[in-house]
Amino acid sequence: MEIQVEHYLIISTIMLCAGIYGFLVRKNTLAMLISVELILNAADINFAVFNKFLFPNQLEGHFFTLFAIGIVAAETAVAIAIIINIYRNIQTLNVDKMDKLKH
Amino acid sequence: MNLLLLFVLIPILMIFCLWISRNINQVRGVMVAGSTALLILSGVLTYLYLGARADGDTAEMLFRSDWTWYSSLNIKLSLGVDGISVAMLLLSSVIVFTGTFASWKLKDQTKDFFLWFCLLSLGVFGFFITIDLFTMFMFYEIALIPMYLLIGHWGSGRKEYSAMKLTLMLMGASALLLAGILGIYFSSGATTMNILEIAQLHNIPMNAQLLFFPLTFVGFGVLGALFPFHTWSPDGHASAPTAVSMLHAGVLMKLGGYGCFRIAMYLMPEAANELGWIFLILTTISVVYGAYSAIVQTDLKYINAYSSVSHCGLVLFAILMTNQTATTGAVIQMLSHGLMTALFFALIGMIYGRTHTRDIRELAGLMKVMPFLSVCYVIAGLANLGLPGFSGFVAEMTIFVGSFEHVDLFHRVITIIATSSIVITAVYILRLVGRSIYGEVKNPEFLKLKDATWDERVSVIVLVISIAALGILPLWMNNMIGDSVLPIVNTLVSR
Amino acid sequence: MEYTLIILLLPAIMFLFLGLAGHKLKHKVAGLFGTISLGLVTCLSYFTAWEYFTSPRVNGVFEKIIPFNFEWLSFSEALHVDIGILLDPISVMMLIVISTVSLMVHIYSLGYMHGEKGFQRYYAFLSLFTFSMLGLVVATNIFQTYIFWELVGVSSYLLIGFYYTKPSAIAASKKAFIVTRFADLGFLIGILVLSFYSQTFSFVELMNGSSDAILTGAATQTFLGIGVLSWALGLMFIGAAGKSAMFPLHIWLPDAMEGPTPVSALIHAATMVVAGVYLVARMFYLYIGFAPGVLEIIAIVGAFTSLFSAIIACVQTDIKRVLAFSTISQIGFMMVALGVCTGMDSHEGLGYMASMFHLFTHAMFKALLFLGAGSIIHAVHSNEMKDMGGLRKFMPITHITFLIACLAIAGIPPFSGFFSKDEILAAAFKFNPAMGWTMTVIAGLTAFYMFRLYFNIFWGKEAKHHHTPHESPLTITIPLIILAIVTIFGGFIPFGHFITSDGLLYNIHLDPQVAITSVVVAVLSIAIATIFYKNKEQKIPAMLGEKLSGLHKAATKKFYIDEVYQFITHRIIFACISTPIAWFDRHIVDGFMNLMASSTQSLSYSIRKFQSGHVQQYAFVFLLGIIFIIGLILLVI
Repeated sequence: MEIQVEHYLIISTIMLCAGIYGFLVRKNTLAMLISVELILNAADINFAVFNKFLFPNQLEGHFFTLFAIGIVAAETAVAIAIIINIYRNIQTLNVDKMDKLKH
Repeated sequence: MNLLLLFVLIPILMIFCLWISRNINQVRGVMVAGSTALLILSGVLTYLYLGARADGDTAEMLFRSDWTWYSSLNIKLSLGVDGISVAMLLLSSVIVFTGTFASWKLKDQTKDFFLWFCLLSLGVFGFFITIDLFTMFMFYEIALIPMYLLIGHWGSGRKEYSAMKLTLMLMGASALLLAGILGIYFSSGATTMNILEIAQLHNIPMNAQLLFFPLTFVGFGVLGALFPFHTWSPDGHASAPTAVSMLHAGVLMKLGGYGCFRIAMYLMPEAANELGWIFLILTTISVVYGAYSAIVQTDLKYINAYSSVSHCGLVLFAILMTNQTATTGAVIQMLSHGLMTALFFALIGMIYGRTHTRDIRELAGLMKVMPFLSVCYVIAGLANLGLPGFSGFVAEMTIFVGSFEHVDLFHRVITIIATSSIVITAVYILRLVGRSIYGEVKNPEFLKLKDATWDERVSVIVLVISIAALGILPLWMNNMIGDSVLPIVNTLVSR
Repeated sequence: MEYTLIILLLPAIMFLFLGLAGHKLKHKVAGLFGTISLGLVTCLSYFTAWEYFTSPRVNGVFEKIIPFNFEWLSFSEALHVDIGILLDPISVMMLIVISTVSLMVHIYSLGYMHGEKGFQRYYAFLSLFTFSMLGLVVATNIFQTYIFWELVGVSSYLLIGFYYTKPSAIAASKKAFIVTRFADLGFLIGILVLSFYSQTFSFVELMNGSSDAILTGAATQTFLGIGVLSWALGLMFIGAAGKSAMFPLHIWLPDAMEGPTPVSALIHAATMVVAGVYLVARMFYLYIGFAPGVLEIIAIVGAFTSLFSAIIACVQTDIKRVLAFSTISQIGFMMVALGVCTGMDSHEGLGYMASMFHLFTHAMFKALLFLGAGSIIHAVHSNEMKDMGGLRKFMPITHITFLIACLAIAGIPPFSGFFSKDEILAAAFKFNPAMGWTMTVIAGLTAFYMFRLYFNIFWGKEAKHHHTPHESPLTITIPLIILAIVTIFGGFIPFGHFITSDGLLYNIHLDPQVAITSVVVAVLSIAIATIFYKNKEQKIPAMLGEKLSGLHKAATKKFYIDEVYQFITHRIIFACISTPIAWFDRHIVDGFMNLMASSTQSLSYSIRKFQSGHVQQYAFVFLLGIIFIIGLILLVI
C-alpha cells in the first residue's frame, strides 16, 4: 500500500488533537509545554507533507518546517527557563497554583 | 499679548516655581506672590473692563483674541470676557488668595498640595476666560482631576470614598457634557467652536436642541448641585481639606451655573424655554430641600454643604427665570455664595484644626475661647441668612424681585416657595450659632485653645470685607453684570 | 436739610468704630463715645423737627422733603432701591421718639451696665440699632424700609442674646429672630406683589396719587377670590404683626426680656416693636384707598391681641414680662386705632392721629416703666415680684417716676397716656360701639395689672434681701426723671397740629362722654388693684386664683401658645419634615448613587470570572470559539 497524503494528515491530526487535549487537561506546566510541542510538530508535518505532495518543485514548506523547528527550540528554551524560575519561587509546576498576579 | 492670557500663564509659572522650590518658605513665597498677582490682575481687569464699557465699547465680549491650536477640528483658544466672567474671575482670585492663607499651616507634603492647588486654579481661570466650547471643556476637566488627588490624599474622614464619589459623579456629568457640546457644535453647522459664533448663527434644529439641552444643562447642573445630583457635595466638602473646600464650593460649583447659562441656555434658547419648567421645579426642590436638610445636620461642614445646595439651587433657579433682573441676581448670588461659603469653610477648617471635631453637639462656647473666629462665624452666618449689608441680601432680593416679574402664575408660585427658604435658612444658621458659638464651654480641653493666627486673620478678613463691600455698594457690580446678561437674556426672550 | 444725613451716619460710624476698636478702649471711654454721638444725633433730630414743623405749610399740609437720596441697587428700569431720607410729619416724630429714648437708654446704661463684660460691644450694638431704626423711619421707599427692618431685627437678635452664655438668652434671641423672620417673609412677598403692580417702591410715588390709576386697575385683579392689593397689603401687615408682636406672632416678645433691661426699654417697648404700627401708618393711604377690608382685619387682630395679652399680664409674676405683655396690649391699641379709620380726612381718620399720638406717649412712659423696672432689678437682683415689695422706702425716685408712668398708662388725667388713649377710644366708638367698649374694658384691665405690678413692687410684704436695696446712681435716675417729665406734660402737645391722616390742621377736643367713662373705669380698676394688692396679705387674688384655677393656669402659661409653636417646630418641622428629608437624601438619593456604583462593581465582579488567570480555561474557551466559528462557516457554506 502506498502511503497517501491522507495517512500523513491522519497522523498530524492525531498529534494535534493529542496536543490540544494535553494542553487543556494536564496541570503540569512541563506537560503543557510538551503538548504545545506536539501541536507545533503536527503543523510542521503538514507543511512538509503539503509541500511534497502538492508543490513538489518548491521548497518553501520545508523551509518553514525547519524555521519552525528552530523557533520552537528557542521558545522551549525560554519557556523552560521561566518554568524553572517559577519552580524556584513557588515550588510547584501546577498551573492552577500560578495565580500570584491575580491577587 | 492678551491680558487674559496672564490668568493662565501665572498659574503655570507658579506650578513651575513650586516644582523647583526647595523648602516651605519658598513654597509659601511662590503662592503668596502668585495669588497676589492674580488678585491684582483681576482688579486691573475689572478696572479696564469698566473703563472700556464707560468709553462706549458695546461688543459682547471684550479683550477678544484667537489662536488656533488644532486646525483640522477648528479648535481654537478664543479668549474674551464680559461682565459675568470678570465677576467670576474676581471671585476666583479672591478665593485662591484667601485659600492660600487658609492652608498656610499645612504640614503634609505642602509643595505637592500647592502644585495641585495651582493646577486646579489654572483650570478654573481658564474656564472663565475662554469662549470656545472645546477649550472650556478642557479647562473644566483640568479643574476636576486635581480635586480627586487633593481630597483623596489631603482630606479627612472617609476621604477615599468621597474623592471617588465626587470625581465619578462629576466625570459622569462631563461625559454628558461632552456629548452635549459636540452635539451643539455639529448641529449648529458652525465653522468654529466659538460660543459667540454659534449663538450668532443660531440654527440648531429644535429636535437637536431638545436632545442636547438637557444633556448640557444636567452636565453643568451636577456641578451646580442640581437636585437630585447633589449628593457628591456634602460628602466631598466634608472630606476635602480647607482650601480645596473653599475653592470647590466657592468657585468650581459656580462653573456649573456659569456653564448652564453661558452654554446651555444661550446656545439653545428654544429648548430652554420649552424645557425650562422641568428644571425650574428641580431647582425649586433644591432650594427648599437643601435648606430643610440642613436643619437636622450635626456636622458643621454638612450644614454648610446643604446650605450650598440650597443657595446654588437659587442660582440655577434664577437663570431659568430668563429675565435680566433675575439673571443678574443669579450672577451676584454666585459671587456672594462663593465668598460666603469660602468664608464658612475657612472658619470651619480653622475651628476643626483646633477642636478636632465638627460636631455641633460637642462644640459649645467657642465665643469665649476664640472670639475672633466666632465673631467672624456669626458674621458669615448672618450674611448667609441674607442680612442687608452683606452680599447675600442683594443677591436674593434681586433674584426674588426678578423672578416675581413673570406674569404667569407658575413662576410666581414657585418664587414664593423659593422665598420661604430664607426663613428656614435663619433656622439652621441660628441653631448652629446658638449651639456651637454661644453658650458655656462644655469641654474643658477647649479652654486652652488659641484664637486665630495672623495668616488665618488675613484670609478671613479679606473674605469678610469682600462680602460687606458687595453688600454695601452693590450698584456697580449690579450694573456691570446686568449689562452683560442682557444679550443672553434677549436671545432667550425673543425666541 | 442735608444735615439730616449726619443723623443717620453718626450711629453707623459709631457702630463700626466701637465694634472694631471698642475692645481696645476703656469701658467708660467707649460708653461716652456712644452717648456723646447719640447726644449729637438727638440735638440734630430736635433741630430737624423744629425746622420742619416751623416751615410754612403748603396747601395746609407739611411738605414731604427728601433732602438726600441715592440709588443703591437697581432691579429694572422702574424698580430701583434707593437709600435716602424722607421727612414728613410721622418720620420726624419718630426721629424724636427714637433719639430721645435712645439717648436716655445710652445714659442709663452707663450706670446699669457698669462693669459688665462686653460693655463696648453693648454700645456698638446700641449704635447699630439706633442707626437701623432711624434708617427705617426715614426710608424713602418700601424696600429701604425692608432693609432696615431686617437690620433692626438683627440688632434686636444681638442685643437679646447679649448674655451669650445664658441658654435662655440664646433661645430667646433665636426665637425672636426666627419668628420675626417668618413674618418678614410675608412682608417681602407683600413688597413683591405690590411692586409688581405699582412698578415703584417709592413712598412718594405711591402716595401722591400718581400711581392711583395703576393701583385701581390692579385692585380689580384677584387671586383666590381676594384682590391682589389686599393680598399685598395683608401680607405686609403680617410683617408688621411680626415686628409689633400681634397675635399669633407675639410669642417672641415676652422671651425677648432676656436681654439687658435698657435694651428692652429701647427696642422691645419704645421703638422697634412699634415699627409695625409705623409701617401701617406709612402705607395708610394705600390701606384706606385699596384695602379697607385689611384695615378691619387689623382692627380685629389688634383688639384681640390687646385683650389677650392684657389678661396674661394680670397673672405674670416676672415684672419684665408683665411689662412685655402690657407693651403688646398697648401696641394692640395703636393697631386698633389705625384699623378703625374709615377715610383720609381728619374725622374719619381720627384713629391715625390717635395711633401716632399714642405711639409717642407710649414710647415715653413705657421706656420709663422699663427703665424703672431696670432700676429695681439693679437693686434687688431679681425679676420676680416675690423678691420685691416695700421698695418705696428704699428707692424714692424710682418709686415716684414709676407711679407717674403707671398713672399715665392707666389713663388718668393729666398724664400723657390719658390723652392719647382717649383719642383711640373715641375713634373706636365712632367705628363701632362694641369695639369702643371692648377697648374701654381693656383700658380698665391695663390700669388693674399696672397697679398690681406697682403695689407688688413698692408696697406689700417686704422680701428678704441679701443687702438693703438702695436708690440707683444718677446715671440711672436722671433718665427716669427726664422721661417722667415728658410723661407728665407730653399729653398737652397739640398733636393734631402736627400729624393727622390728611395732614391738615386738626384740633384735638376731648369727647366728654368717652373721657369720663374711661377715667371712671380706670379709677375703678385702680381701686380694685389697691384692695387686692396693697396689703401684705393678698387673700382675694389667691382666692380668685383658686376659684378660676383653669383660667388662671392657662393665663399663667400664656394660653399655651408657646407650646403650640414648640409642637409645630419640633414635632412637625424638625421631626416630620427635616429628619425624613435628611434621611431621604442620605438613603434614597445618595443611596441611588451608591447603588449605581455598587451595581457597576458587582457587574464587574461577575464579568471578572472570565478573566480567571487559568491558561487552560482560556484555551478551552478559545477552542470552543474556533469550533463554533468553523461550525458556523460550514453551516453557511
